[in-house]
Amino acid sequence: MTITTTPAAELASALQKGETTSVECTTAFLDRIEATNPTINAFLSVDRDGALAKAEAVDTARAQGKPLGPLAGLPVAVKDVLCTTDQKTTCASRMLKTYKPPYDADVVRRLREADAIILGKTNMDEFAMGGSNENSAYGLVRNPWDTDRAPGGSSGGSAAAVAADMAPLAIGSDTGGSIRQPAGLCGITGLKPTYGRVSRRGLIAFSSSLDQIGPMARSAKECAMLLQAIAGHDPGDSTSLNTPVPEYLTNLEKPLEGLRIGRVAEHFGDGLDSEVAEHVEQTFAAYEAAGATIHEVELPHASYGVPTYYLIAPSEASSNLARYDGAHYGHRWDGTPSDDQGITTFDSPLVEMYCRSRAEGFGPEVKRRIMLGTYALSAGYYDAYYAKALRVRRLIRNDFTQAFEKVDLIGGPVSATPAFKLGEKTDDPVSMYLVDLYTVGANLAGIGGISFPCGFTKNNLPVGFQLQGPALSEPLLLQAAHQYQLTTDWHLQRTPAISS
Amino acid sequence: MTAESHHPFTTVIGLEVHVQLQTETKLFCGCVTTFGSAPNTQVCPTCLGLPGSLPVMNRRAFDLSLRAALALNCKIASFTKWDRKNYFYPDLPKGYQISQFDLPFSYEGHLEVTDPKGAFEPRNVRIIRVHLEEDAGKSMHDETAGTADSRIDLNRTGTPLCEIVTEPDMRSPEEARAWLNELKLLLVYLGVSDCNMQEGSLRVDANVNLHIPQPDGRLAKTPIVEIKNMNSFRSVERALIYETERQWGEWQATHAEIGSMPKQTRGWDDSAGVTRGQRHKEESSDYRYFPEPDLVPVTVSEEQVATVRATMGEPPAMLRKTLAERWHIPAYDADVLVNQGPELVEYFEDLANKVGEGKVASNWMQQDVLRMLNERGGRIADFPVQPAAVADIIARVKKGDFDTGRGKEIFAAVLETGKPVDEVVASMGIAAVDEGDLQKLCEELIAENPKIVADVKGGKEQAAGGLIGQAKRKNPNVNPGKVRALALELIRALP
Ligand SMILES: [Zn+2]
Repeated sequence: MTITTTPAAELASALQKGETTSVECTTAFLDRIEATNPTINAFLSVDRDGALAKAEAVDTARAQGKPLGPLAGLPVAVKDVLCTTDQKTTCASRMLKTYKPPYDADVVRRLREADAIILGKTNMDEFAMGGSNENSAYGLVRNPWDTDRAPGGSSGGSAAAVAADMAPLAIGSDTGGSIRQPAGLCGITGLKPTYGRVSRRGLIAFSSSLDQIGPMARSAKECAMLLQAIAGHDPGDSTSLNTPVPEYLTNLEKPLEGLRIGRVAEHFGDGLDSEVAEHVEQTFAAYEAAGATIHEVELPHASYGVPTYYLIAPSEASSNLARYDGAHYGHRWDGTPSDDQGITTFDSPLVEMYCRSRAEGFGPEVKRRIMLGTYALSAGYYDAYYAKALRVRRLIRNDFTQAFEKVDLIGGPVSATPAFKLGEKTDDPVSMYLVDLYTVGANLAGIGGISFPCGFTKNNLPVGFQLQGPALSEPLLLQAAHQYQLTTDWHLQRTPAISS
Repeated sequence: MTAESHHPFTTVIGLEVHVQLQTETKLFCGCVTTFGSAPNTQVCPTCLGLPGSLPVMNRRAFDLSLRAALALNCKIASFTKWDRKNYFYPDLPKGYQISQFDLPFSYEGHLEVTDPKGAFEPRNVRIIRVHLEEDAGKSMHDETAGTADSRIDLNRTGTPLCEIVTEPDMRSPEEARAWLNELKLLLVYLGVSDCNMQEGSLRVDANVNLHIPQPDGRLAKTPIVEIKNMNSFRSVERALIYETERQWGEWQATHAEIGSMPKQTRGWDDSAGVTRGQRHKEESSDYRYFPEPDLVPVTVSEEQVATVRATMGEPPAMLRKTLAERWHIPAYDADVLVNQGPELVEYFEDLANKVGEGKVASNWMQQDVLRMLNERGGRIADFPVQPAAVADIIARVKKGDFDTGRGKEIFAAVLETGKPVDEVVASMGIAAVDEGDLQKLCEELIAENPKIVADVKGGKEQAAGGLIGQAKRKNPNVNPGKVRALALELIRALP
């Protein structure tokens, strides 16, 4: 058994049976990270000592027959947007280069309680703003299937880590597609749960009403394992849902007989890559063969999704990121006079400290979104932009509600194209924003969505399929993806050797 | 006399009051709100605004603010939400304040203020809205030695604040001050806030302008000025008097009317006794309000309102009436007692119960207890003489052991020495004067004062008063009433 290529579910049973130890597993993944991370740059920090210490503790407890958590001994990679007390939490920003939080995110706490082994923190677009992972202050992430291509974003580090066998499980966050899109481009499975299913406490906020943490792994079954550990009500997050967490694993094996899947005609319009379209259609056919029925549904306001998203998300971000002002923590201008930001006069020394600290601490995409959001919320523009965006958001939510009266799930592409070349979209923010075309709807509506591989292009790039379901439909989403994965092996494909 | 009464205009005043709610913990986290702790010791990730931290509403704070709104006769919204008010300042660690913008939890109330001395007509001041928000921290600018070092204390950050905004219904600075007193009293009685201005738990901004009737019948209005930085109710009154005069002078010089310039903010300089214009920039902030996505809207049911109302306690206006009726004391007395706050009323009622006579207890409260309390400063709860001791002194006066004047001296001595009444009475050599001794003393006085005796005999009974002073000098324990009665009796018996 090669540990790093073994799926997490099998590792879990091997650990239980004593066929391997957590120290052995953890060491294997740490070594794999050491070998491949210089190329892929999926991890921003690796906690070798901490991970091995925890692995040893789990092995000892297991040997002594002590009760262990559901993820006992399994390594997990955590996106660097989640607060961890024992490791820096940078959000891939210069602003938080040395920031070490005094508390664990609720999800991190739950992972620790489940006895998972946290390997390290994964790379991402700065403050989760981006769709290619090229917006990291600590270097871009390469797609393990083709290292000249982007892994997608913003959870590009987590997706690449799982794809490249650097971690069997990873945590991502999804604000407009940041779990599903990189999962699709990296050939792995990623779930964005219903808004409120997983606590946001300790998730460094990008857009509070859209952000949601979710599992990323090779298969739906492993996503179910991971979601089981991180989902649940948190009284410390007012938007957390206080409803019981179902048993995700037991539901997986039910057949799909009678499942109604919606197909949205607009998803297959201009701009959809023909190879992607072909694989997506084949996936619909596979579902039909498995006993599901396919129905045309309409999401009339879907085309407003991206513009709506790019008003709401930056507006909230402009406020959420106001706290990074250099006064209390994070990057502060060292006082060296300079005019390289193009600004030379300030109202007061305080304002100069603010401006220069933020000018130095934030990257260009973060600044662009802060400016967009500040503008959209300004007096005189609020009604035309932010308030209107909220109204359109309600229309989009209603579209989904109506569609889900006719079907159980909605299927379609995750992204219009397979992984694109690094640098291809960096000079064109609008084309970069369009990578979220098929995914933002679920965030605006607060519903769940899952992305999993459904084929490969001629260039051996993975293609993703997305299923979206109504609020709290995670059991069905995971079941539908799992049933597909029982008869396909796209998710089992491994990347070509990664040159160091 | 009102400051502007000789001027041909009406002063129009509206107030914006911030009060800190008396909760044990902050509005959106579990940190305690104790005043005066070492800087930055009552903080957590949420009130420090650390990355990833989230707010959770303190329901007790919300209920307490409901109590304030109900006491101010406000309507309660069944649905209310939170908004972010965005601005940069070092004492605001998140870069925004969680507040309420377009849907405050309560609106359209009123609070009446009357002046028992009749200096102004009873005034019903309408309240536009009451909303709840979190407080900011404190910046301390150390300007000594030119170090220009600024320090920030975030203990106060996140403390619940109620903002109360009135209509411009007040018509004079003293009316504004009286209304603030009434508001403070109300909030203290209901346990909503301690309203301590020194500790910053009550802050006031005032909006003021003048309405000046013109010869053509039109009403000219001067530009509205907002006054800030007033740190006592007296300052509010002084600042408004100053600002009224300043605006009148300005009007006469420029005839500038409202709308001819943006609303001006002026800061009150208490030591110089003037208001000064603040930088225009601070007035034109755009706070970019938007709904707070980290909190869910709050719904308030009829039952919740009823529960809060049922446990609210008696507001001062009602208590004044209750007290006057229960103890048969004049409205003026009830007003003075109630205006001193709930602890003093409790003291009074305890005393009145023990004495059995409201008016006597009230007189002692006003003439002795209150006078001494004011001289000493501090709170009635810390006053060393308990109602039982005062009641004891009053009982002895009634019994005739000594007169009221002597009783007051004993009260003062009890206060001074902290000794029980018995001991003080003994140490002052006060003992009831024996009938025989009194007889002897009066006979002596009559023998020594032939002029007074002649006057009394000639029909001027009030001349006997001259004997009382002399009697007290001979024996401080004598009861003046008894001296007078006995002396008159003896004089009448003279041939
Ligand atoms: Zn706190």
